[in-house]
Amino acid sequence: MVLFVLAPAFGLFVERVVMRPVQGLGEAERLVMTIALLSGLIAAARWIWNPNVPRSLPTFFANSAPLHIGSATITWHQAITMMVAVAVAVSLRLLLHRTRAGAEMRATVDDRALAGLTGADPLRANRVAWILGIQLAAVGGILIAPELTLDATQLSLLIVSAYTAAIFGRLRSVPMTFAGAVVVGCMESYLTGYLPDNSLLTGLRLAAPALMLFVALLVFPHGRLHGRNIRLRPVPVPTIRGTAIFAVAIVVFGVVLGTVLSQSDLITYGAIFSLGIVALSFVPLAGYAGQVSLCQLSMAGIGAITWAHLGAHGQLWALAAAIAIPGAVGGLIALPALRLSGIYLALGTAAFAVILDDWIFTLPSFRILGVRISLFDQGSVQAVGPRLFGFQLRTGTELMVASAVALALASVSVAWLRRRRFGRQLIALRDSEAAYAMLGGNLLVARVMVFALAAGIAGLGGALYAMQQQSVTAQQFSFVTGLPLFLIAVVGGLAYVGDGLFTGTLLDGPLNAMVAIAPWSANLAAILPALAGIGLGRNPDGLTPAVRRDWEPVARHRIALAVSGVAVTLLWVLRLMHVINGWVLFGGALAVLLALRGYPALRPAATGEPEIPVEWWGLRRDWRPADEEVLARGIARG
Amino acid sequence: MVSLEASGVTVAFGGNRALDGVGITARQGHVTGLIGPNGAGKSTLFDVICGLRRPSSGRVLLDGHDVTRLGPARRARHGLARTFQRLELFGRLSVRDNLLVAAELGPERRRAAGAVTEILTRLGLTEMADSPADTLSTGAGRLVEVGRALAVRPRFLLLDEPAAGQDGAETERFAALLRSLADEGTAVLLVEHDMTLVMSVCDQVHVLDLGKIIAVGPPAEVRCDDAVLAAYLGDL
Repeated sequence: MVLFVLAPAFGLFVERVVMRPVQGLGEAERLVMTIALLSGLIAAARWIWNPNVPRSLPTFFANSAPLHIGSATITWHQAITMMVAVAVAVSLRLLLHRTRAGAEMRATVDDRALAGLTGADPLRANRVAWILGIQLAAVGGILIAPELTLDATQLSLLIVSAYTAAIFGRLRSVPMTFAGAVVVGCMESYLTGYLPDNSLLTGLRLAAPALMLFVALLVFPHGRLHGRNIRLRPVPVPTIRGTAIFAVAIVVFGVVLGTVLSQSDLITYGAIFSLGIVALSFVPLAGYAGQVSLCQLSMAGIGAITWAHLGAHGQLWALAAAIAIPGAVGGLIALPALRLSGIYLALGTAAFAVILDDWIFTLPSFRILGVRISLFDQGSVQAVGPRLFGFQLRTGTELMVASAVALALASVSVAWLRRRRFGRQLIALRDSEAAYAMLGGNLLVARVMVFALAAGIAGLGGALYAMQQQSVTAQQFSFVTGLPLFLIAVVGGLAYVGDGLFTGTLLDGPLNAMVAIAPWSANLAAILPALAGIGLGRNPDGLTPAVRRDWEPVARHRIALAVSGVAVTLLWVLRLMHVINGWVLFGGALAVLLALRGYPALRPAATGEPEIPVEWWGLRRDWRPADEEVLARGIARG
Repeated sequence: MVSLEASGVTVAFGGNRALDGVGITARQGHVTGLIGPNGAGKSTLFDVICGLRRPSSGRVLLDGHDVTRLGPARRARHGLARTFQRLELFGRLSVRDNLLVAAELGPERRRAAGAVTEILTRLGLTEMADSPADTLSTGAGRLVEVGRALAVRPRFLLLDEPAAGQDGAETERFAALLRSLADEGTAVLLVEHDMTLVMSVCDQVHVLDLGKIIAVGPPAEVRCDDAVLAAYLGDL
């Protein structure tokens, strides 16, 4: 039933509903879809099957006596697993090299358009590949689940080991992948069995698959410098005026929230701005430079630890360290990442995040060259607010406003970066590595700098998050926790400076409010970011530009803007005087904003010349010299 | 004086030799043509000269310096610039920013904006300076690639089919540009299928066929070479 009905049906569903809408888009968009699936399925599994209830699967022939081959003892389950593995490998080899469907699949991978022109059906090839892929994953799951814990996260993270094996085969060769799987399996068993018993190495056993994936990605080559093969999304240049207004709006939003929320709500919703800063780190890294990193929340974790330990009394220099230390780690990751791009880079950074989760963040304090290094101290670490000009920020309100100011400054800095030389170079690097290198651009320096910059921004976000939460654990910065942050940032639009505020607000605002109002909806809140990610196919530019488009006409109606500002201020003052409660303020402000957004539609601006369709140019109006270039560009765009 | 020299360059894809012991020279102040039928190996030779592809054997010298083991960025710092057969524009940047990226990486980084304005004017690109490069027609895109290469003030300029997509008048203007670049002391190496352009502008032409140089000489000589005629038209 699972193998021949459910798995193929799910494969078909994934191909049709999730992957096909993004088929014409870039590798990053397709990657986001699979990450959304991963995140969504983990959340869905936790929703359906309570993770606190232990479950186990029986092994095959559990009551039969094991086999003895020489000195080795093999259970029937292990024997069946090995036989199935060999049978699958042989069948896959035959399918890919001896059948028409296999040839179609290989041709589609090499050149989808060309395969279509030569009579192959790329859609069918995709469908077959997804069905087969999901079926094989199901077989693997059935065989391995009895040996491990039957837990959604644990089983999902098997993807790390699976990818290590696949990287051995460079995602192409079945025999090499099979050999890779044997090597990975043996290495994991040897590490579990023979690693010295040392508190520093305990987590290494868990992190071993990720460590091996990281090494495998670096050891196996991935092709030479390549040019651009897809149409990329535009990266607008933010205007100085627009950026300044946006920064002021962030601070005003922070002041309003900071003054109307209760102390407990300030902790719940406080992360809007600090997580917004972490999300903003994706803009230069992924939006400008096209480097997909799945370890930005881990970088925030390093920033949080740095602040918690070095800034125990709120020293401001420690905040600089909370930016510089993650920045240095980010720069180090970029060194091996120079060899990686696209899906390989995403895997590499994911492996790094898992290594931090399973090993580094779980370490007890240790000494290197006489310096004591403390991380999460195998529990939680406490963080206090910073000391500014002799005044220590302590209350939730102060920290909320400080975080909003930090997000505003970070957003302005990223906008400034876009307008400067380095921003142009990052975009150029993404658009054509070959052309950038041919102009004398140093790929390594640019990548190290952008990784360091993004990690530094994330570190600042992490430090502020720790201050607001007062106490943080490694779990709050884990790889799986970071997935929704990445997904919402992608949905917002990675190329836009407003993405930080968008992501922070969406992740920490409505989702938390939903759970606060209706605690039963916690599971729904967990799955929503994944659904939003899957919805990306409908709006690949992201939602931030759409929001901006909606609000741009409002800026022309200054009187309406002023009236709305006065109305919201009045509501705010009434709330401060405890005349109205928070919900009335929220509802009232929302109503004012909706009315303001709808206002331009009621007062349309005078339109200029009526638009004449292109096919009537030269007939219904005179032909203009500029029309020729417009047509040539339209044809070039396809 | 010989300024760009590639010698004994061999590149093999599996058992197929795309280039087989190819040698080519391009002198300062000259426009050197490299012609040959489709698939002859012209773009592969360009990739080898500029460091995007490592040859299985052979050497590349720039002004006598052996750059065979250097990457493309290091070669660019020796004064080498190129355009691509398949456009490699920075599509999300404006035309001006495409040139600005190059100028900021080149020797004129301190007066990059001024240098870019001069090049835009010289190539007649001023009107489209603020258009995103992704929206340009193919002919305009090729001109922007040339402008971008000029923005790094190259001493060796490799142009891969720069006139493709241009009409007769545009090609004439482009020929004048190539001559003026050579007169300024640049060594121009030109791959082009437009024979009128090649024959009118080149001082020396190399003919490549099936990975081997089959003729070298002034355009008038090469035009009448039997081996060249056979490569283009088949045995007559």
